[in-house]
Amino acid sequence: MEHTTAIHAEHDSHGGTKEIWRTFWILLGLTIVELALGYMMIGVEGHGLRLTIKGAIIILMLAKAFYIVAYFMHLKGEIRNLVMTILVPLGLLIWAIIAFLYEGNAYKSNRNTYDAYKREGSYMQAPGKKAHETTKPEEKRTGTME
Amino acid sequence: METTTVGADTKWWNGGKSPFNVEYGKLMMWYFLMSDTFTFGAFLISYGTIRFSSNGWPDPNEVFKSYPGSGEGTNAPLVFVSIMTFILIVSSVTMVLAVHAGHERKKKQVATYLIWTIIGGLAFLSCQAWEWTHLHHEGAWWGMNPFPNSDGTPSSTNFTNFFFTITGFHGFHVLSGVVINIVMLIMTLSGTFERKGHYLMIEKAGLYWHFVDLVWVFVFTCFYLL
Repeated sequence: MEHTTAIHAEHDSHGGTKEIWRTFWILLGLTIVELALGYMMIGVEGHGLRLTIKGAIIILMLAKAFYIVAYFMHLKGEIRNLVMTILVPLGLLIWAIIAFLYEGNAYKSNRNTYDAYKREGSYMQAPGKKAHETTKPEEKRTGTME
Repeated sequence: METTTVGADTKWWNGGKSPFNVEYGKLMMWYFLMSDTFTFGAFLISYGTIRFSSNGWPDPNEVFKSYPGSGEGTNAPLVFVSIMTFILIVSSVTMVLAVHAGHERKKKQVATYLIWTIIGGLAFLSCQAWEWTHLHHEGAWWGMNPFPNSDGTPSSTNFTNFFFTITGFHGFHVLSGVVINIVMLIMTLSGTFERKGHYLMIEKAGLYWHFVDLVWVFVFTCFYLL
């Protein structure tokens, strides 16, 4: 429960909530832009355009993550060793994301090439079911949910 | 990344001080958050992999388009989730302000901001509970997916399985965060931190709460936007 003597690095000076609120407005702005992009994307059919908008959303998401970690979690004010302890594994996580998405896509290509059943399943239309009509949940439930 | 004013010629590993210049408990909280990052990272990566391996996937703007009080057939995509995101961001701000007040040893201010953070957390949980209930009433659950793919083909239960599992884990973290914050509030009000001479525990609880907000940033983007 004691705290080991740590050389106190400079942090928010007394009354220094300015940076906190500044970060809030940045986060709010980024979120609004993200949502606007998401809304704009509704009804857009073009594959390339959709991908571009999604790319922009991802970049905004990473910017938000940066601001939360750097300012709210105060990582920006910590010493380099701690910063690296956090950032290096996360960098490796980026590698994992790319590798797995690539794998998922490769799996899809392979199945579509070699598995006629799966390929044709992507052409058949769902028998015009409306959300509230089919699969009555009351029939399938084994316990009370309400 | 800027380093602190403490010089690089400081011998960090010679003993007598924390080599990361933070208190032990705070460093351990960072390590725990890293492990939790890998957990959520694994969940979201597996979601991405399955989605990339699927020919079709439901359109989130067709699935998530109501809010409490909206009638049948409402088409308001992104509205409710925006509110939820806003609530969580604001609660993160109040948490930072609580930590900041702790640095200045202002007990009442710490308590006030903690209360706001707790209210924000409970509001978020209520919203998520409504979202789950609403979807369930439409026939969605683990193993049940009433929504067709965006291209009209029949969908698999992967969509709902992932949605409920990942938002469930996240919601559980929000709940535990709220509980931790309530404990912090009680400790603040009973003067525990005044006696200790520092509010470091609030900082650690703050790290956890920001992590919860951070995970939501990724979860909401992956499920509702992308």
